[in-house]
Amino acid sequence: MPKPPPKLLPKLLGIANPRPGRALAVALTLSATLACALLAALPLSPAAAAPEIGHFTLANGLEVVVIPDHRTPVVTHMVYYKVGAADETPGKSGLAHFLEHLMFKGTSKNPLGRFSQTVSTLGGHENAFTTEDYTAYYQRTPRDRLKTLMEFEADRMTNLVLTDEVVRPELQVVLEEQNMRVANNPGARLYEAMEAALFLNHPYGRPTIGWRHEIEKLDRAQALAFYRRFYTPNNAVLVVAGDVTTEEVKALTETTYAQVPRVAEMPPRLRPMEPPHEAARTVTLADPRVTQPSLRRLYLAPSSHTAAPGENEALDVLAAILGSGENSRLHQALVIEQDIALSTGAGYDGTALDYSAFQVAATPKPGTTLPQIETAMDAVVADVIEHGVTSEELERTKNKLVADAIYAQDNQMTLARWYGEALATGSTVEDVQHWPDAVRAVTADEVRAVARRYLDKRSSVTGYLIKDTSRPEGKHT
Amino acid sequence: MSKIAAGLVVALSTFAASAADATQIERVVSPLGIEAWVVHEPSPLIAMDFAFAGGGATQDPADKLGLSSLAASLWDDGAGDLDEKAFHTRLESKSIGLSFSAGRDNVRGSLRTLSANRDEAFDYLRLALTAPRFDTDAVERARRQIVSRLTRATTSPNDIASRTWWQAAFPGHPYGRPPGGTPESIARITIDDLKTYTKRVLARGQLKLAIVGDITAAEVGPLIDRTFGTLPAEPELKEVADVAMQGLGRRIVVPLDVPQAVVTFGTRGIGRSDPDFMAGYVVSHILGNGTSSSRLYHEVREKRGLAYGISESLTWLDHSALLVGGTATRSAVTGEAIGLIESEMHRLGESGPLEQEVADAKSYLEGSYALGLDTSAKIASQLVQIQLDKLGIDYIDRRTSLIEAVSLADTKRVAKRLLDAGLLVTVVGKPEGVASTE
Repeated sequence: MPKPPPKLLPKLLGIANPRPGRALAVALTLSATLACALLAALPLSPAAAAPEIGHFTLANGLEVVVIPDHRTPVVTHMVYYKVGAADETPGKSGLAHFLEHLMFKGTSKNPLGRFSQTVSTLGGHENAFTTEDYTAYYQRTPRDRLKTLMEFEADRMTNLVLTDEVVRPELQVVLEEQNMRVANNPGARLYEAMEAALFLNHPYGRPTIGWRHEIEKLDRAQALAFYRRFYTPNNAVLVVAGDVTTEEVKALTETTYAQVPRVAEMPPRLRPMEPPHEAARTVTLADPRVTQPSLRRLYLAPSSHTAAPGENEALDVLAAILGSGENSRLHQALVIEQDIALSTGAGYDGTALDYSAFQVAATPKPGTTLPQIETAMDAVVADVIEHGVTSEELERTKNKLVADAIYAQDNQMTLARWYGEALATGSTVEDVQHWPDAVRAVTADEVRAVARRYLDKRSSVTGYLIKDTSRPEGKHT
Repeated sequence: MSKIAAGLVVALSTFAASAADATQIERVVSPLGIEAWVVHEPSPLIAMDFAFAGGGATQDPADKLGLSSLAASLWDDGAGDLDEKAFHTRLESKSIGLSFSAGRDNVRGSLRTLSANRDEAFDYLRLALTAPRFDTDAVERARRQIVSRLTRATTSPNDIASRTWWQAAFPGHPYGRPPGGTPESIARITIDDLKTYTKRVLARGQLKLAIVGDITAAEVGPLIDRTFGTLPAEPELKEVADVAMQGLGRRIVVPLDVPQAVVTFGTRGIGRSDPDFMAGYVVSHILGNGTSSSRLYHEVREKRGLAYGISESLTWLDHSALLVGGTATRSAVTGEAIGLIESEMHRLGESGPLEQEVADAKSYLEGSYALGLDTSAKIASQLVQIQLDKLGIDYIDRRTSLIEAVSLADTKRVAKRLLDAGLLVTVVGKPEGVASTE
């Protein structure tokens, strides 16, 4: 089962983390303050605190989730399509994300700019993002304009119009996005190489934004073909959060989404899966702009969808014990006791259809080498595999994770994303609702078992980011 | 405090209906005279934001830049009898969120807690503010992390572009110095410096407070007196001079081997208390709000595909006012993008915005405010900002009419004032055909 979505742009880039796709200035603005949690041993159970979720499916196959929050007269309207970069045809990487950009180019009924202009005039925000498994579009506006949003979004579900005149400059925009996110950033370039090395066979090895040489060849016809293949109500999830009731949303779908024809049948999402991994991999990226070497490792791990019952939550707990905050194992061992690291971290996000990655990372103190820090990191991992975790750690961590979930309810956008992302990656409404209980049920034995099973170097990639000293300073001359 | 009443409690304002139905902001003045703005909400949480106005990086000594940032990062790293680990363990075990940050002008902080742990959470805050330990090992760890981050920033095109821009805009003024310091200046800071700075700036006199959630106005007075009451009455702040931005018409290229050139641009802005501020806000929105409804986005991104993002905004400081923006483009078209930014600003300055643009911008600015007030945390943060900006407790009520009052003629006049002064531009990368001016 999936945990709440990251509150900010993710600290550790994960394969399932959204990569905000559109304008910089309207990038996701989730509240940072939610990252601080509240006491979990609170009298109300999460289920009791959770709002009454509405959940139904239209005749054309569109699944709908309604999350009422009546504190402010605002709605968050999101549509998730169950298609992402891992669904692209080999050789056309970046197509899912490129189409996301092109979805803002208008329809015959609502030509270029009208939708965005309307949202803007209402004082609303809009954006979209693409991941390996899904593509999502959203708007936030005053509550009384929900119908307008639904009309526009339902219209572009199947009526997109694209001309070369708008497609060609947008391709340049996407290439600039690749420059900004990846080409200009040595850490991001290393991460791409690590993902490519982690997946021997599964398309998660491709970057969501695409390989540059393949992005350059994308065009209007390919984007439209992809759109017609995947954009259909029976391949989408509508999430409405905010000052609305399920009945209101149901009534509004009648004249909007319910009118959208089912234009394609969706086969099961079967991607090429991984063979057994036998060889530990290492990847090194050297760049003259690296001032501080660092180390990161990805272990192949199951997603919330593919994990055995309980494993997913045990991995969440394990990641937090190893690397979340100043009381975590890695911080205490490497930063405090041995005093050899500047910072450490660990992370796991199971929100994906097929696989996820369990990450550990460390930045050594000047004077400490990467092999030294790696040995120390390995020792912390080996210790948790051999001896498991203490009951104090387990309880403190479970309380914190459950508290995060309860705190998420202060923010309708966070809740909407949580449900949307779960449903787009094979989980259910019930999975989300029961996640806190599932975390509470995790035992120390289960944490040790997932550590032993998944923190296996043979199915890992270790990435080294180092300074390239052949071109001093990186200064361009 | 044994008194029940929390001093003066007056309900002064309600949010505009579009912002938060029937939510009241109450002004509380504690027995010791500390003012707080309070919003009572049915929720199991309390979100408090606060600021020590004027205590930010402008107070750093010239040879100890980054003192404010280093101190702010250490206030929650051990206090009273609790060392770093013990303090963090207490916060974590009760899931209490406590954080501090230093900006150019102000120091800000936030506290998040479940109301059941309220008194304990406020006690930790009191300890952090009044008895921070600054233990040697904690200080050295924080120092190393900050030095590492600042060293990384020396090869990051975005950081270089911004740092170079501020340096050229405010030579000889505290605003021209890097607010987080430099690796060298951070190395010079002593524990005595940290203690002295903390005593100087953390005082009741310039404290701005907003509390949102499961707490009543009557409960607030005694609580904030207990938390902040032992701080000195007034801070000891160095005078900071008002200053106008320099470098208009100047262009500075910093060579760096990256495929995408990063551009920072800006000009003189309009102060927050200037009667033309709202008109300027509308003009800036039309020019570069970062979405397809803005002129820069339309020309640079949508029509020509020169950049992924482009935006600018008004930036107001205690002692200056700016309009600052940024973009990033491939080397071959950087010159074209800068030319477009300049010509679009000139065009808007010369002819002013269209009537429809002004109407749309006003409609957006009025409607979007509610989106920034839909969580307890956002409300607390916004109420502190309103206090820092000296806008008054009724500002949220008045805001719509202030925007409504902006006329097309106002925007034309202000566009000319704002956009005709020339730009200071910094570029980091290897832009083709773009060179520094002398």
